[in-house]
Amino acid sequence: MSTPLKQIHLAAHFPGVNNTTVWSDPEAGSHIEFSSFAHFARTAERAKFDFLFLAEGLRLREQGGKIYDLDVVGRPDTFTVLSALAAVTDRLGLTGTINSTFNEPYEVARQFASLDHLSGGRAAWNVVTSWDAFTGENFRRGGFLPQDERYSRAKEFLATATELFDSWRGDEIVADQASGTFLGDARAGAFAHQGQHFDIAGQFNVPRSPQGRPVIFQAGDSEEGREFAAAGADAIFSRYSTFKEGQAFYTDVKGRLARHGRTHDQLLILPAATFVLGDTDAEARELAHEVRRQQVSGATAIKHLEFVWNRDLSAYDPDGPLPDIDPDPGEHTIARGRAQVRMYRDPLAVAREWRELAAANKWSIRDLVIETGSRQSFIGSPATVAETINSFVQADASDGFILVPHITPGGLDVFADTVVPLLQERGVFRTEYEGTTLRDHLGLAHPGTEVHQDRAAS
Amino acid sequence: MSESSTTPLHLAVALDGAGWHPAAWREPHARPKELFDAAYWTDVVTEAERGLLDFVTFEDGLSLQSTHRTEPDGRTDQVRGRLDAVLIASRVAPLTRHIGLVPTVVATHTEPFHISKAIATLDYVSTGRAGLRLRVSRRSHEAEHFGRRTIPRFGPEDLDTPVVRELTAELFEEATDYIEVVRRLWDSWEDDAEIRDVATGRFIDRDKLHYIDFEGRHFSVKGPSITPRPPQGQPVVSALAHQSVPYRLVATSTDIGYITPHDTDQARATVAEIRAAQAAAGRAEESVHLFGDLVVFLDEEPGAAAARLERLDTLAGYPYTSDAKVFTGTPAQLADLLLSWQRTGLSGFRLRPGVIGHDLEAITRGLVPELQRRDAFRRSYEADTLRGLLGLARPANRYATV
Repeated sequence: MSTPLKQIHLAAHFPGVNNTTVWSDPEAGSHIEFSSFAHFARTAERAKFDFLFLAEGLRLREQGGKIYDLDVVGRPDTFTVLSALAAVTDRLGLTGTINSTFNEPYEVARQFASLDHLSGGRAAWNVVTSWDAFTGENFRRGGFLPQDERYSRAKEFLATATELFDSWRGDEIVADQASGTFLGDARAGAFAHQGQHFDIAGQFNVPRSPQGRPVIFQAGDSEEGREFAAAGADAIFSRYSTFKEGQAFYTDVKGRLARHGRTHDQLLILPAATFVLGDTDAEARELAHEVRRQQVSGATAIKHLEFVWNRDLSAYDPDGPLPDIDPDPGEHTIARGRAQVRMYRDPLAVAREWRELAAANKWSIRDLVIETGSRQSFIGSPATVAETINSFVQADASDGFILVPHITPGGLDVFADTVVPLLQERGVFRTEYEGTTLRDHLGLAHPGTEVHQDRAAS
Repeated sequence: MSESSTTPLHLAVALDGAGWHPAAWREPHARPKELFDAAYWTDVVTEAERGLLDFVTFEDGLSLQSTHRTEPDGRTDQVRGRLDAVLIASRVAPLTRHIGLVPTVVATHTEPFHISKAIATLDYVSTGRAGLRLRVSRRSHEAEHFGRRTIPRFGPEDLDTPVVRELTAELFEEATDYIEVVRRLWDSWEDDAEIRDVATGRFIDRDKLHYIDFEGRHFSVKGPSITPRPPQGQPVVSALAHQSVPYRLVATSTDIGYITPHDTDQARATVAEIRAAQAAAGRAEESVHLFGDLVVFLDEEPGAAAARLERLDTLAGYPYTSDAKVFTGTPAQLADLLLSWQRTGLSGFRLRPGVIGHDLEAITRGLVPELQRRDAFRRSYEADTLRGLLGLARPANRYATV
C-alpha cells in the first residue's frame, strides 16, 4: 500500500457581515433567527463536518460617519447561539470568535468551560484581538489598548484562561451521597495570576470540562500573529485558500512549531474558502460571475473604492471610469470597524495600479472592484471542486477548509449533498464521526490533567 | 370557592444546583454528578414546563458557592461549582416551547453591551421567552477574580456600617445604569430597521438604528447594539430585593421584583414601599410584578415535609435558614398560603425547591393541580412569549418616531 491519504477537515462558517454574503437573493433567509442557525448547523452535521464557525464584530461598521447599510448588518451573540446549537446537534464542533480585548479571562473561561460541558466537549475558541477606540466606545471600561499591546494582552489573556481551565484536575467532583463529600479538594479551581495585564486570584467555579480546554483557534496573518498561533493554537483560521499562497503559509507556520517544542500535527491550517457549484464547470463559472455581481452592487463598488481613496466618492458613477483624483493621504477616517482598510498600506500605489488595470481592461469602477476583490475559492462541478480541495490538502496547501457559502442558511446544502459524498468515495473524508468531541474530530490530544504547580504547593 | 381570585397567580421556580437545601444533593433523586450536564437542566426545565409555570430562573455567581455572604467557606460537603446561567438557559431554549427562561447576570463585573446582546439572543433562540435576573456582587473575592476594581473585605457584622452602606448604594446605582444601558441597546434598532431594499442596495434603513450615547457616572456606552431588537422588544428584567436600596432598583428599573416576606404584614409593607418608590420614579402606570419568594418542601402526607427538612438538616449538620420564608407542608397548605399572601398585592410567587429532585415535581404535579382546582392557575399556556404569560405588553421603542 502507498502512504495513507491525508484526511480532510471541513468546517462551515455562518455567512457574515460582509459583501460576500448575498442578502438580495430570494433564497436568502434570516441572519438572526435561530432557525437559520439550526438549519445551517444541521446541514454541517449531516455532512459530518468538524465544526461550525461564527465570526464576531462588536461595533457596527461605519463609512463616512454613518452606519454602513449595504451589507448584512447585525448578528446575534456568539456564546448564546452556540449553546442553543448544542441542543440541536450531537457531534458538530462549535467554534466561537471571542475578542480578548473587551472581555475578562474569568468570564470568558467560564463561558467556554460551560459551553464545553453543555455540548459534551465540542467547544472551540477563535481568539481575536482588537485595539481600537472605535469598538472600545461600546464598553463600559473603555477597554481599548495601544496597538502594540494587542498581542501581548491576547497572549496573556489566553495564558490566564488556560490557567483557569487547568485549575481543576477533573476528579474533584466526588458527589458521594453516602459520605457527604461533594468536592474532593477544597482548593479545586485555585489560581493566582500576576502579569502585565491581569492580576487575579481566587477559585475558578466551573469544573473541568469534557475537552479540558476548548480547542484554540487563532486568526491573524502578521508575523506576531503567526508566532502567537505557532506557540499555542490548535488551529489557524487563515486567509490563504489559493494553492501557492496556501502552501507558502502552511510551510511557514508549520515550520515555526518545532521552535515551540510542538509537532507538525499539533496545529491545523484551515483557510476560509468560498465556493460556487454548478452541474458542469462552465455552468459554475457562469453562476460565479452572477454571484460576484450580486455581491458587488454599484453602491458597494463605490464604497469599496472609498476604502482606498479615503474620501467621499458618492458622486461617481459605478459604471463609469475610476476617479482621476488621488486618495486622501491622511489617516484613514472614512471607514471604521473594518479590518480590510488596514490591508491597503499604500493607497497612492493601489490607486495608481487600479487606474492602470481599469484603463488596460476598459473596466468600470464596478468591474474593477469585482475583478480585483471578489474571487470565489472553488468554482466548478462537484467533481472538480472535490478534486481541487483534495489536491490542495494532499499537497499541504492546507489541512482542510472552513467553507463560507454566500447564501444563508441553505448555501451549504448543495455542498453537503454533492461534494462531500465524492470526498468520502475517495476515502479522504469521514463517513461517520469516530469520536464525540471536537478534539476527536480534529485529531488533537486531550490536554493532560496535570494540576497547576501553585495549587500543589499551596 | 371563596378564596379563589379573579386574578390568576403567576408561578416561577428558582433553580439552583440540586436544590436550595445544602444537603439536597444527597437525596435519592438529586443526580449530583449530572449538575454540569445539559440533560439534567433539560429535564428540570421540561418538568417545570409540564407544570405550566410562567418561568424558571437560573442562579449564578462569579465565585464558588459559599455559606458566607461575603467570603468563600472552603466547604466540601455541599455543591460547589456551576455553569454560566445564560448558556444553560440558551441550551434548554430550543428544547422547550412556552416557559420563560431567566438567567442570573452579575452587573458588577460584566459588560452591559455583552449582556444586552446575549439576552436579546436568548430571546431569539427561545422565540420570545427571555428575561434576566440582575445581581449585584459585594464580594471582595469575586472582584479579585476580575482584578478591575477593589471591593473592601467586610463581614456580616459590618453590613450596617457607613462604608458598606455607601458601597451598596454605589453598586446599585451602577446596576441601575447597567439596566438602562441594556434596555437602550435593546431599543437601539427599531423593529423594522431591516429593509432589504434591492433597488437601492440597502440592507437596513440606518435612520432606524440609534446610538444610545449613554454617559453615566460609572461608564459610558455608544451603541447601537450589534443584535437587532429581540422578539419581545424588551426581554423581562427582574431582581431580588431585600432592602430599601434594592427596592428602589426594582421600582425604577425592573419588570419583576422578587421579595422575601415572612408573613402577610411584611408582604403588605414591602409592596407598599415598592409601589411608593415606583410612583416616585414616575412609573406608576407601568406594570411591575412583585413575586414573593419562598423556599418550599412539599409532601402530600401532612408532617412529611417537616420531617424531611429535619432529616436534611441532620445531614447538613445545621438547621437550614434562608432570606426567604422556609415553607414545609402539603401542596394544599401551600396553596392556602399563596392565595392569602396574594391579597397583599403580590402578582405571584417564585418558589425555590428545597430539593429539585423531589420538590419540583411536588410543585408541578401537586401544587399546580391544587391551584387549578381553585381556579387560581392556568390550565394551558395562553401565550408564546414570557411577556404574554405575564400580561405585559410589548413595549414601544423609545427611539421610534412615528
